[in-house]
Amino acid sequence: MRVNFTVNGRPQEADDVWEGESLLYVLRERMGLPGSKNACEQGECGSCTVRLDGVPVCSCLVAAGQAEGREVVTVEGLAEFAEDRAKDRAKDRAEGCATGACGSRGSGGSGAGASLDEARRRQAKGTDSQTGEGIELAPIQQAFIDAGAVQCGFCTPGLLVAADEMLERTPNPTDADIREALSGNLCRCTGYEKIMDAVRLAAARQSEEV
Amino acid sequence: MAANGAPTTITQGSRTRGGVGESTLRPDGTLKVTGEFAYSSDMWHEDMLWGQILRSTVAHAEIVSIDTGEALATPGVYAVMTYDDLPTDVRTYGLEIQDTPVLAHGRVRHHGEPVAIVAADHPETARRAAAKIKVEYRELPVITDEASATAPDAVLVHENRDDHHIGHVPHPNIVHRQPILRGDADAAAARADVIVKGEYYFGMQDQAFLGPESGLAVPAEDGGVDLYIATQWLHSDLRQIAPVLGLPEDKVRMTLSGVGGAFGGREDLSMQIHACLLAIRTGKPVKIVYNRFESFFGHVHRHPARLSYEHGATRDGKLTHLRCRIVLDGGAYASASPAVVGNASSLAVGPYVVEDVDIEALALYSNNPPCGAMRGFGAVQACFAYEAQMDKVAKELGMDPVEFRRINAMEQGTLMPTGQPVDSPAPVAELLRRVKAMPMPPERQWESSEGADVRQLPGGLSNTTHGEGVVRGVGYAVGIKNVGFSEGFDDYSTAKVRMEVVGGVPVATVHTAMAEVGQGGVTVHAQIARTELGVTQVTINPADTRVGSAGSTSASRQTYVTGGAVKNACELVREKVLEIGRRKFGSYHPAWATAELLLEGGKVVTDGGEVLTDLADVLEDEAVEVEEEWRHRPTEAFDLRTGQGNGHVQYSFAAHRAVVEVDTELGLVKVVELACAQDVGKALNPLSVVGQIQGGTTQGLGIAIMEEIVVDPKTAKVRNPSFTDYLLPTILDTPTIPVDVLELADDHAPYGLRGIGEAPTLSSTPAVLAAIRNATGLTLDRTPVRPEHLTGTA
Repeated sequence: MRVNFTVNGRPQEADDVWEGESLLYVLRERMGLPGSKNACEQGECGSCTVRLDGVPVCSCLVAAGQAEGREVVTVEGLAEFAEDRAKDRAKDRAEGCATGACGSRGSGGSGAGASLDEARRRQAKGTDSQTGEGIELAPIQQAFIDAGAVQCGFCTPGLLVAADEMLERTPNPTDADIREALSGNLCRCTGYEKIMDAVRLAAARQSEEV
Repeated sequence: MAANGAPTTITQGSRTRGGVGESTLRPDGTLKVTGEFAYSSDMWHEDMLWGQILRSTVAHAEIVSIDTGEALATPGVYAVMTYDDLPTDVRTYGLEIQDTPVLAHGRVRHHGEPVAIVAADHPETARRAAAKIKVEYRELPVITDEASATAPDAVLVHENRDDHHIGHVPHPNIVHRQPILRGDADAAAARADVIVKGEYYFGMQDQAFLGPESGLAVPAEDGGVDLYIATQWLHSDLRQIAPVLGLPEDKVRMTLSGVGGAFGGREDLSMQIHACLLAIRTGKPVKIVYNRFESFFGHVHRHPARLSYEHGATRDGKLTHLRCRIVLDGGAYASASPAVVGNASSLAVGPYVVEDVDIEALALYSNNPPCGAMRGFGAVQACFAYEAQMDKVAKELGMDPVEFRRINAMEQGTLMPTGQPVDSPAPVAELLRRVKAMPMPPERQWESSEGADVRQLPGGLSNTTHGEGVVRGVGYAVGIKNVGFSEGFDDYSTAKVRMEVVGGVPVATVHTAMAEVGQGGVTVHAQIARTELGVTQVTINPADTRVGSAGSTSASRQTYVTGGAVKNACELVREKVLEIGRRKFGSYHPAWATAELLLEGGKVVTDGGEVLTDLADVLEDEAVEVEEEWRHRPTEAFDLRTGQGNGHVQYSFAAHRAVVEVDTELGLVKVVELACAQDVGKALNPLSVVGQIQGGTTQGLGIAIMEEIVVDPKTAKVRNPSFTDYLLPTILDTPTIPVDVLELADDHAPYGLRGIGEAPTLSSTPAVLAAIRNATGLTLDRTPVRPEHLTGTA
């Protein structure tokens, strides 16, 4: 069958899709977007997390056909997605906030402590890591690098998509909020502490910008 | 013909100096957060096929027949291969003992053993075709434990053994046995005021790296093959792959692709040979990716173990002796079992002074899943038992468990039970003191003005308690792990370092075959090059077999050994650069001949800080390159009868304090905090060091309360090969992990560093168990602890 859907803001078409293929398979093997990872194929690990019409889903559990006509955001499009969102919010602010998302600085992000300050100081730039030109990163991507939340990195794409969505909904999360929101994403390397640091850091930087 | 998605060269530049001791960031970080980092499962090649492995559905059977006809006739299938299709007489492989069949020959010895392989144009076609292969089995009785392995009528798992252990094992179903005898345990026992015995069981743990076994084999025009693969040791793979293919090693060109974690599970081969066989047979690139179910069968696990311990102590709290017996189940094939036995026996006493010991460790052959390397490697199982014993003895003596450990703690100069002196800092008592001194997490931290936050209680979002029936417990443990390959192994690494001027800027290039599996070796290599060569720009080349072996990314050894090789190669490059400088500029300034010269900030400077010249002027268009092997000091084999010998390179120590809350009615455990203190010698990258400690600690938590591969004792079949049934700690299961890093230099090691990756995986588990015992008053002699063990319904 043929499947049409929007991926990272661009319309995509896949032909000869077998009915049993998952959204994850079509993204990885037919659309050249291997950023979303396949680690369990049963929705337990969250490595394949993408946004489907804004909602985070395990793309391994979504049949490709279910994505027909819908909008998908993967880790490859996260930076652009975050940038567009930031622009929209800036526009909202300029026009006077009506969403309630702004101004809610609150006292969240508890437990940030010393490691957060350290991570702030380490702030990397896209250019630090590669040859060639700078790369625009979403705040959550930058925070994962700065906080040391990446080891093998296999869980990272799914965690980034999930964490970015959580911060969109809950700009000032408590530690318990972060743990609850990310409890569907397994990481085997880090023991999650640096991931907590990264999300706290992204939340703090986000509040500073508001 | 380069495969799409093959690793690209990484260059790291930094405005800061970024040398040894700084928390520089990963050079592959940006690629990993943007989804562009190419893992082995992301490899893609025009016209590639997908490989699939058919595995045995029974644990122990004769293969009566295999019918591949229907599979071969399936449209889209390009090849089906069985044992009979193997190209040479070399049809087995193995890390130490070549006992593992590439494809089963007449018999399968464990559930999930590879029997046939298929290549097709779609992964689902390959899966379905493999399912059409008809294998007729005649089942054999299964060997599942020591009693069935050594019974008089036991079937031999491997007949006609000719490996180098068969001469000293008491039964052919025992892979290797290592006694450690020192002093006189009987006489010492007679002096003891108390004698404490314990029988312990340690469950089978899975590495559960998230990136499944996978790779891409591309046939080459010269009859060779290019293999892009996730592994822990390229050259060990190569040594095992090439003879099976009938190719010289230089025609099997291996490149490390992105590795999604390892933890020991990638020391043995998985799909490497199968992909190469299918690629050569079909003349097309072949990719194989295991799914999670297959991954549980596709790599070895941590050995389950039965441990019998007896300690004695005097009233004043001094240990008198240790008698212990550790039986590890190695499963159907040897894998790393002999080395795991060496570790379990030589580290069985723990980080304590016990002069009179009678220790025996052995590994069985059985029809259970093969077991081998996993983070902690034999030392983990022993630590679980000796730390349980320390608490028991302390209780028997009416002493505080930490004080009792302090009294018996080893220190620099202590003799191991192998007779080896511990000749670098061994701050066991200090680590315990530090971990105990950390502030305690607040009581009833789940209480808030809005009532109980169930996310912080046992049972979590299942909302099983709001604090009723919940009791807190605190437990301590400390452990000792060896660093590097032991027992006389030639444990070298190789580094190639090049220095040249590019665009007016001096650049160093580091090329090793080290497997970066997430640990951050690539970060550290760049730091070492900056420190040694005074450059800011360092390029880390992809790891491949065009450079000499780096040894394995295991045994906490890579920063020590490949880090040491990079340091050594940099020093040799520096000497050559200075020689060029002396030749060109020596006559202009006397310091070239008289002063100690350094490379700093792209310049040649004296140790007094005087700048002599720019590196760019020294090198001009010349490049300096060195490839050199590097070795740590040698070790010796353990005597097969007494276990005496200087078997280990270095020791590593960590201590944990666990705070748990237990819902005693439902048997649910919430680990509230898991604090760790570890001596790292020198933290080359403090951020990565803490990350390793927290990750290792969490894997220890997993085996304490949730992780276990359950094998049916009647059929030897695996019952929970999925992430639905094999439970890993989530972010909700994992507590805060405060880390106190101690840096006491080991003068024998580069920069004084100590291998760090494994030690935190040892003491984490017994600390959690001790805390649960403290909360509940239960004995708990097995791990993982499940609810039924806490509610008396097991």
